[in-house]
Amino acid sequence: MTHRGLKLNPPEVQEPRAASHGSVGRPLKHDSAELHVQGAAAYIDDLPEPRGTLHVAPGYANISAGKFKNLDLTEVAASDGVVAVLTSADIPGVNDCSPALGDDLILSPDVITFHGQVLFAVVAETREQARMAARKAHIEVADQVPHVTVADGKAAQSSVLPDYSFLRGDPNTEIKSSPISIRDSFHVGGQEHFYLEGQVAMAVPGDGAEMLVYSSSQHPSEVQHTVAKMLAVPDAAITCECRRMGGGFGGKESQAAQWAALAALAAHKTGKPAKLRLDRDDDMRLTGKRHDFDVTWKAGFSDDGVLQAVDVNLAARCGNSADLSTGVVDRAMFHADSSYYYPHVRIHSERIRTHTVSNTAFRGFGGPQGMLFAERMMDAIAFHLGKDPLDVRKANFYGEGRDITPYGMQVTDNILPDVIERLEKTSDYRARREQVRAFNKANPYLRKGIALTPVKFGISFTLKHLNQAGALVNVFADGSVQINHGGTEMGQGLYIKVAQIVADVFGVDIDRVKITSTRTDKVPNASPTAASSGTDLNGMAASIAATTIRDRMAELAARLYQCQTAEVVFAKNHVQAGESKVAFSELARLSVLERVSLSSTGYYATPNITWERETATGQPFLYFAYGAACSEVTIDTLTGEMKVDRVDILHDVGRSLNDAIDIGQIEGGFVQGMGWLTTEELVYDDKGILRTHAPSTYKIPTAFDLPEDFRVELMPSEGNQADTIHKSKAVGEPPVMLAISVYSAIFDAIASMAKPGTKTLPPLNAPATPEAILKAITALREERRV
Amino acid sequence: MIFGRNGKRTVVSEMSPHETVLDYLRLREGAMGTKEGCCEGDCGACTVVVRSLQDGKAKYEAINSCIAPIGSLDGRDLITVDDLAASGQLHPVQQAMADKHASQCGFCTPGFVMALYALYENASAGVDRTAITDGLAGNLCRCTGYRPIIEAGLAACNSKAAGDAFGQTEVLDQLKKETSTSLFIGNENSFFAAPATEDELAQIYAEHPDAIIVAGATDVGLWITKHLNKLQKIIYVGRVKGFRDVATDGSGLTISAGATYTDAEEALAHIDPDIGEVVRRIGSKQVRNAGTIGGNIANGSPIGDTPPLLIALDAELTLRKAAGERKMRLEDFFIDYGKQDRKPGEFVKSVFVPNLAENDHFRAFKLSKRFDQDISAVLLGSKLTLDGATIAKGRIAFGGMAATPKRAKHLEAWLKGASLENPSSLSEGVRVALKQDFAPISDMRASAEYRLRAAHGLVMKSLFEIGAEADGAHADTRLVGMRQRASA
Repeated sequence: MTHRGLKLNPPEVQEPRAASHGSVGRPLKHDSAELHVQGAAAYIDDLPEPRGTLHVAPGYANISAGKFKNLDLTEVAASDGVVAVLTSADIPGVNDCSPALGDDLILSPDVITFHGQVLFAVVAETREQARMAARKAHIEVADQVPHVTVADGKAAQSSVLPDYSFLRGDPNTEIKSSPISIRDSFHVGGQEHFYLEGQVAMAVPGDGAEMLVYSSSQHPSEVQHTVAKMLAVPDAAITCECRRMGGGFGGKESQAAQWAALAALAAHKTGKPAKLRLDRDDDMRLTGKRHDFDVTWKAGFSDDGVLQAVDVNLAARCGNSADLSTGVVDRAMFHADSSYYYPHVRIHSERIRTHTVSNTAFRGFGGPQGMLFAERMMDAIAFHLGKDPLDVRKANFYGEGRDITPYGMQVTDNILPDVIERLEKTSDYRARREQVRAFNKANPYLRKGIALTPVKFGISFTLKHLNQAGALVNVFADGSVQINHGGTEMGQGLYIKVAQIVADVFGVDIDRVKITSTRTDKVPNASPTAASSGTDLNGMAASIAATTIRDRMAELAARLYQCQTAEVVFAKNHVQAGESKVAFSELARLSVLERVSLSSTGYYATPNITWERETATGQPFLYFAYGAACSEVTIDTLTGEMKVDRVDILHDVGRSLNDAIDIGQIEGGFVQGMGWLTTEELVYDDKGILRTHAPSTYKIPTAFDLPEDFRVELMPSEGNQADTIHKSKAVGEPPVMLAISVYSAIFDAIASMAKPGTKTLPPLNAPATPEAILKAITALREERRV
Repeated sequence: MIFGRNGKRTVVSEMSPHETVLDYLRLREGAMGTKEGCCEGDCGACTVVVRSLQDGKAKYEAINSCIAPIGSLDGRDLITVDDLAASGQLHPVQQAMADKHASQCGFCTPGFVMALYALYENASAGVDRTAITDGLAGNLCRCTGYRPIIEAGLAACNSKAAGDAFGQTEVLDQLKKETSTSLFIGNENSFFAAPATEDELAQIYAEHPDAIIVAGATDVGLWITKHLNKLQKIIYVGRVKGFRDVATDGSGLTISAGATYTDAEEALAHIDPDIGEVVRRIGSKQVRNAGTIGGNIANGSPIGDTPPLLIALDAELTLRKAAGERKMRLEDFFIDYGKQDRKPGEFVKSVFVPNLAENDHFRAFKLSKRFDQDISAVLLGSKLTLDGATIAKGRIAFGGMAATPKRAKHLEAWLKGASLENPSSLSEGVRVALKQDFAPISDMRASAEYRLRAAHGLVMKSLFEIGAEADGAHADTRLVGMRQRASA
């Protein structure tokens, strides 16, 4: 199952399923694929606008920190087409769109804590009129010097949440007594989501206080609750719907709420439907990103490179509010071990408050930043000892007797040694290491580097109560099936995977299963579609709902055809009951006649999650997803430019529900991670204003950046050790971290220029832009001159 | 104005001068297939294809509809993603995209489909991966990682069947005939004008020197969508007769001001493959199909990619107004940031690029965070005239190093007479000269320090390469834009 270059064959199913003709395990297309290619899949801005729909645009000041004294909106209100101008005084209920802590204003009444804080919103007949009017405010501000960077926030001792640590043993003493120790610090950059569909919502007033809110959100339940709270109406009055998002990546987990709230407020105020779609530049300015971190660490290790003790401080730029920073920074800590055993360890974290937009969830949720540290540490040890970094990694992997993580969870499903061994062979790592060495000897201008790095990613929400899901399945009298669940579709293929699961429960073809929009009036109180958990949770809930109905139908069939319930088999659109065989649709029709309910909810709560944050004990994850990648790069030592030459990926998805979807997640995740670590650079000026607020200045990978030689393989698997749906594994986030191999390969290329015996670590920050690479090269050159 | 809407003659009699094609589609027609991703021509979600008759043949050009004025379609045929699937059958490009699992969230997909559709229609021989990635450089996808999209493009473009639904040229003929005279929509205070001849252009611009001249609108489009600068007087030059000409004679190349990058790419690459590669990396296919060399000069951007090259080549600019023409060396046109030597009512008519002499060695390098579709942090255009291994004369210009595209005169002076036998020995001198020539700024693209250091790197790279070349050897200094490949 190797996909190389242009020779993609439809992925093969690893092994036949129980029902070999079923949908599970087959590489079915995304449910909307044919609509996508025709432009016929409707996103919120494409929906027909109800008569009289108004348009909303946010207004904000041009500073990052301070207060506004006088907000003169006279010209705004007088501008063409303006119907209303909303300020905080218009909010009947609670002025908050935060996910938890009550610290995110929908409309600020006085303070400005970041550039892009919304002070007012214009409601106008057209979107263009609203946008033009929003620029006509006269805002008198009293500004203060903003805290922009982690260092600024630290100096001001400003944080959004208390520090938090994991500690085992006595790392400080052990580092001192280790044969060798290193200390280092570096910066890990943030990342803009750049979902192609920007933030958008449309609110349509209904009877009385009712409101239907269409929101491009990974968390419709939270949007519903935020809107209800803001309008001071019961949750039950508000319905939120999302058929599909044009990408989410975490950026629409908590931060879709504000835009939905403003649309709802406009609808509430005017009695008319109202839509808010952010302009791309505003979207990039006004919504949070992946957290950037200042990482400071020291480590002690043996002459063989085996770690004895690690002490790391992860200081995150959280922005002006907490948002999801509890979980994000915790996850950075949970993954600061990557795949390695730290006998003595302290992992400390600081959640720094700055006058910048509140950073938020982004695929990997802090995990990538934590892991990048661990991999830099491995590269540093190898550099120090002059060893192959892969050997240093292997020497530090979890193994027998060395399998307790810094947070006390035992790693019991470790397949990483097999993954690494297989990839080392299939990527031809050792021979290519020699070729890289030879190339570097021969070429005075270009340098190559290669790296093989692991991924181990913990699956489950670390906030325990989110590990639950609901589903609603209806079977109709004609035998067609309708499914609904709390998970949202953002391109990841959740809907088709759940449909495959349900189709197989009933033994019907996939085209009998109708997928429906995520709506809070069908499945209430749903968790966000996040933490890679969408299929694990919703697939299980939908399976439970469908199985309930199937069991009722089986009982009926047993009664009608006089056999044992256990003898009733659902397959190939038919039901075999003892000697009798009827069409599934016929049994559905009979169920209605015989008064058997064909509708059921399903509910699932992940077992074995025992994590207690207060005491830092228990098990935060149900299982780990594993993978590894080997990347080879070439850098230009005169300019710092870099090209990725070849990438080999081996990734573990347990038993795949849909190989094509899983491979799509792996490849897309890798490329997104590669962008984070190479070309995607967020630049704030010293006033705290983001300078890279458009695709003209913020550069995500293009087709050209995809390595020409790109080989992706699924790890052959007997299935997840944990009891997940069809023994599959989550795949949304883990592949992002495969891209750390690119960063490590760049480090390797730079390190090849070091003076023999030097101990100065190339100071390579992420992202490794041409400028960052040339800077690290220059540091080594200057070292050579000394 | 009259244009084709998927082959159907369509008349628009009322429009604001700044109405974009995307707004026309989504707000007027309610055709929602075409998406707005960034509204600045950088993501490609809004890609549409414009069909027109060029040299008697139907030519398909992908453009960004978000920044294209609807008036610029006058006389051409607009095809969108909503049009491709005829009578329930997916177009081969759409089918391949679906079969290869090339969409995830699907929002960028219509744009990819249209970019590939243009490649498909224009494809004659085998289409390779480079052609596909180049054709897709202006389309951002955040989900797939591109592999399945590239494969879909290869599969579709290489399985092209003979004859297609949009191949007829009759409608294009008719549109062309109907739109051969000047167009003026609006009134004296607010209009969209598309003069048909250079004289008419000169005349209307003389009458309205406050109008904005628009060719591809790849820059001006953003004034409209981002600065919300609702331009009231637009003179579109895309229909001026002869304005898209690219002509070669024994002494060099004359590029008329309305020639797009795409129009001029081949002729420029013929002067030197490095120029071809730089032009290939300007914007994206969508941008190069709309944007013009003339516009790149006239807007005076310090980071425009063609001016430094043209200055290094000692190009000559022709300006025109109602009263007549004047010529000047291109480098003299750029006075200061945002300031060019252009009088009221005067416009860029053409630029003449002299051929390289036999002992001229040209190099051009573009530095940016991302290889494709990015704006330069630093751009070098360098022409060294050699006498054996000695530099007889150098003409070296940079973009991104000053407020205007600018020559490195200290460096030129210092290199004069230098020997290329051991280029490393020149390194320190190059460094010192560049510091005398430039005090670049720090911005979101690069720091001042990097710009200077990288500029030094680029000069050294050119010296290493030319030095090796003069020695009959080859210096392997590049990650992209190999000269052998470019000239092949």
